[in-house]
Amino acid sequence: MTPIRERPPLLTMSHIEKTFAGEVVALKDMNLTVNDGDFMSLLGPSGCGKSTALRLISGLMHPTRGKIEWAGGQGSDDLGVVFQEPTLMPWATVAQNVWLPFRLRGTPYSAVKDEILEALKLVGLEKFQTSYPRELSGGMKMRVSIARAMVTKPRLILMDEPFAALDEITRFKLNNDLLELKAAIGCTVIFVTHSVFESVFLSDRIVVMAARPGRVIHELEVDTPYPRSEDFRTSSEYAAHTRAASEALGEAIELAA
Amino acid sequence: MTIAENAPAPAIVDQEEATRARRARINRIAKWTLPSLVMVLSILAWHLYVTINEIPHYILPGPVLVAQSIVNDWELLWPAMLTTTRLTVFALILAILGGVALAVAFTQSKWAEMSFFPYAVILQVTPVIAIAPLLQIYMDSAFAAALACAWIVAFFPILSNTTIGLKSADHNLEDLFTIYGATRWQRLRLLAAPSALPFFLGGLKIAGGLALIGAVVAEFVIGRSGTGLGLASTLLEASYRFNFGRLYAALILISAMGVVIFAITSLISHLMLRKWHESALKRE
Ligand SMILES: Nc1ncnc2c1ncn2[C@@H]1O[C@H](COP(=O)(O)OP(=O)(O)OP(=O)(O)O)[C@@H](O)[C@H]1O
Ligand SMILES: [Mg+2]
Repeated sequence: MTPIRERPPLLTMSHIEKTFAGEVVALKDMNLTVNDGDFMSLLGPSGCGKSTALRLISGLMHPTRGKIEWAGGQGSDDLGVVFQEPTLMPWATVAQNVWLPFRLRGTPYSAVKDEILEALKLVGLEKFQTSYPRELSGGMKMRVSIARAMVTKPRLILMDEPFAALDEITRFKLNNDLLELKAAIGCTVIFVTHSVFESVFLSDRIVVMAARPGRVIHELEVDTPYPRSEDFRTSSEYAAHTRAASEALGEAIELAA
Repeated sequence: MTIAENAPAPAIVDQEEATRARRARINRIAKWTLPSLVMVLSILAWHLYVTINEIPHYILPGPVLVAQSIVNDWELLWPAMLTTTRLTVFALILAILGGVALAVAFTQSKWAEMSFFPYAVILQVTPVIAIAPLLQIYMDSAFAAALACAWIVAFFPILSNTTIGLKSADHNLEDLFTIYGATRWQRLRLLAAPSALPFFLGGLKIAGGLALIGAVVAEFVIGRSGTGLGLASTLLEASYRFNFGRLYAALILISAMGVVIFAITSLISHLMLRKWHESALKRE
């Protein structure tokens, strides 16, 4: 995998400010460069503007000030998104849910049958194509949501605390799978989390944000190469990185207090 | 019993589960037998009350007389029932078309909603019985006037439920559709419409009953002038003639119609939602 410093930038946020209703300053002077191929975690206390940052990147909102520049100037139309809830359409089968990104671009199901099956295979749900979301467990629903985000093989996937509502065993399993998936489709990931442990295990870049106003206060690198196995969780390297990240997060929390 | 037949090893019987299964079985049977029993007993009590106290038939006809009326007056009741059915069904269909179309228009344009929703409410809260005579004056055909009455009553629950339903889509899904560049039409068809379906069907169940009520009210008011509309006109006419057997026969047929409408709308609702909606789930 290309070392972080040699990766070409994918998008650059410069001097971003976002103010809600004329008074809540969610982000102020936020600067961040996301490189092509990064697995970047955004870590920070509640209310520091992580979700806001993702919404700006996805184009759902526009910054009050500052700008987001995309490499090649192509904008944010090549995106996958995963929310904290699986956010599936309950009236549609698993396969139809995964079809959605294609469908909204006008691609008929038959033309992308293979891609849908492949995405479901990657998340281990190929047997559940015709099931409805309510027949699945929480972890399985989240897998469908991930399959939907990656079925188009986007350049960038945005994930906003996708595993926060899951139990630890399921979360660990999904962490492993997510790394495999990212390697398989070779995309960039921006991953919002509250968990220091999760951010260290998953990412090679951790961006720590502070609140009031939301901004970046630290950037850390986790240089342990991928693929990372379960053993990484118990290594001294992991412990060292978690300590560094915890300290940075502690500082962010103190700044807000 | 089946457990013993199917399982080679002795099945472990959980006392709680066994009790629950037995209860479920009893409930399934009781759900049908109890109301039937109540009906039979009430009819019997009604019969006994009328015969023992020798109640004259122009005060309360016995069930036998009513049954006779249904059979003897069938020539008269059947076409009347067809007319009332036609009135109700047309009104309901128009209510569905109008209610859904207006709800879609409201969700597509905030201005339209702000401008017209208050008037839909006014139309709804004004008692239809007060509007009916006007409709009769302004419209040539009694059937059309009655139809308009029934429609006014039936259309509001469809409109208001569907309007709420169309706006009830999951916000994250809305965002996802925006991110993927969905068109207005895709958003309506693939997101808003399915989200609205359970609400619409809830409204439909109410509207079905209301359409019948509207039809009956309209027939009372409009059918009076000898235009010979449906069952409700027949009922009213029978009351003028002190033909209480026929009156009760018409009443029973009207309520049977209400039951059938409810059953049909419930069935439609069940069939359309059973695959995915929580309300259609069987919980243990
Ligand atoms: N639509 C909005 N209108 C007004 N204020 C908002 C809006 N969205 C977010 N905010 C405010 O902006 C700040 C940042 O919110 P944001 O949701 O981005 O935080 P977050 O880091 O994602 O928090 P959490 O970890 O709890 O999800 C908060 O103070 C929040 O109250
Ligand atoms: Mg958030």
